[in-house]
Amino acid sequence: MLTKRIIPCLDIKDGRTVKGVNFVQLRDAGDPVELAKIYSDEGADELVFLDITATVDKRKTLAELVTKVAKAINIPFTVGGGISTVEDVKVLLAAGADKISINSAAVKNPGVIDEMAREFGSQCIVVAIDTRDVDGIDFVHTHGGRKPTLLKTQEWAREVADRGAGEILLTSMDHDGTKAGFANELTAEISSALSIPVIASGGAGNMPHFKDVFTFGKADAALAASIFHFKEIGIPELKGYLIGEGISIRK
Amino acid sequence: MKTAVIKYNAGNVQSVLYALERLGADAVLTDDPEEIHSADKVIFPGQGEASSAMAYLKARQLDQVIKDIKQPFLGVCLGLQLLCEHSEENNTECLGIFPVKVKRFIPENSQEFKVPHVGWNEIENLADNVLLKDLPDSKFLYYVHSYYAELSEATIATTHYIHDFTAILHRDNYWAIQAHPEKSSTVGEKLLSNFLSI
Repeated sequence: MLTKRIIPCLDIKDGRTVKGVNFVQLRDAGDPVELAKIYSDEGADELVFLDITATVDKRKTLAELVTKVAKAINIPFTVGGGISTVEDVKVLLAAGADKISINSAAVKNPGVIDEMAREFGSQCIVVAIDTRDVDGIDFVHTHGGRKPTLLKTQEWAREVADRGAGEILLTSMDHDGTKAGFANELTAEISSALSIPVIASGGAGNMPHFKDVFTFGKADAALAASIFHFKEIGIPELKGYLIGEGISIRK
Repeated sequence: MKTAVIKYNAGNVQSVLYALERLGADAVLTDDPEEIHSADKVIFPGQGEASSAMAYLKARQLDQVIKDIKQPFLGVCLGLQLLCEHSEENNTECLGIFPVKVKRFIPENSQEFKVPHVGWNEIENLADNVLLKDLPDSKFLYYVHSYYAELSEATIATTHYIHDFTAILHRDNYWAIQAHPEKSSTVGEKLLSNFLSI
């Protein structure tokens, strides 16, 4: 049976992990390669590396770091942040990334999704959608959720799938950082409407939140950052809990 | 011992090379027929679309090179599908090493079953085979594919998605895995190291 995926997200700035990582066993708390290796050994199903400075400061994610990660870990990983062209994707895939994720660039120029999917295959093109509720309607936001667009989230999700995205990484800016649970209703709506997998992100605070997003939220995968980094929830513990709750999970 | 990884327009070549490096294998990426034939093991990776991959192989006579291989040979993902007889993906005649047809997943219920089949799924119904010996208890592999090989006499392991399909094939000196062992944690590493020690 296909299993639901648990995906820790590592925020990267200048090739270093940020967002206060709290791992006692880390020799170097800012080394993304070491942290990636720990998550992979603990049973994370995939990893996402997000270069958080990339869009704002126009910095490109370091292909060098991608190569180091690819050499060190034996699970798939996605790289995102500031990717806008086919050439950007080519460099990162050649460096060893399994998938890339685009966000603002796709909103600015939707045709780039078609171009990337044609060139590299849908399987490695993840479109990240940051969404926020504006007076009861879900709108896509860019630039880390700060800039609203006129795109309705559900319609944009359908469009990126039609253009050849292989997966959608849906982050609810209303839930992100609240630790009050994922945006289950919106995630379910989008996941049910589309034939591609949806990764839910934003709001994870405890283990039942993951169960909820996989059941009510119909998510194919769930992504979280700080609760893993701060060891509030360990991956083995979370997986054990979900298996006990009858969710299909890789042991 | 030298392992040749066939160089062609496949997406996951780098990951396969890194995985072999982690296992300490002496691997070389090559499309030179002589170098391929002189290697002790040959790995045929794959990720992409069947008809363009076949066209690429034929244009460089790599199709014949693959058919003539006598040493242990391992196809991965699209590499498995190309070793079969025919693929529904753009109606492609493949290499015909395995008398097996490759079909597209058709979900009866698109809400429950998405295509492609992406993520970790288990291998089951394992045959007694050198490639499958001493695998860890947890037998999940990482999959990304929209097409699958039908069950056949050459099937040595199955996976269930919508229905059972071929996870691993074996015939003579040819083995093939639908999942990505290079991205499948310790199980994937064990499959690769089993292959390297054949």
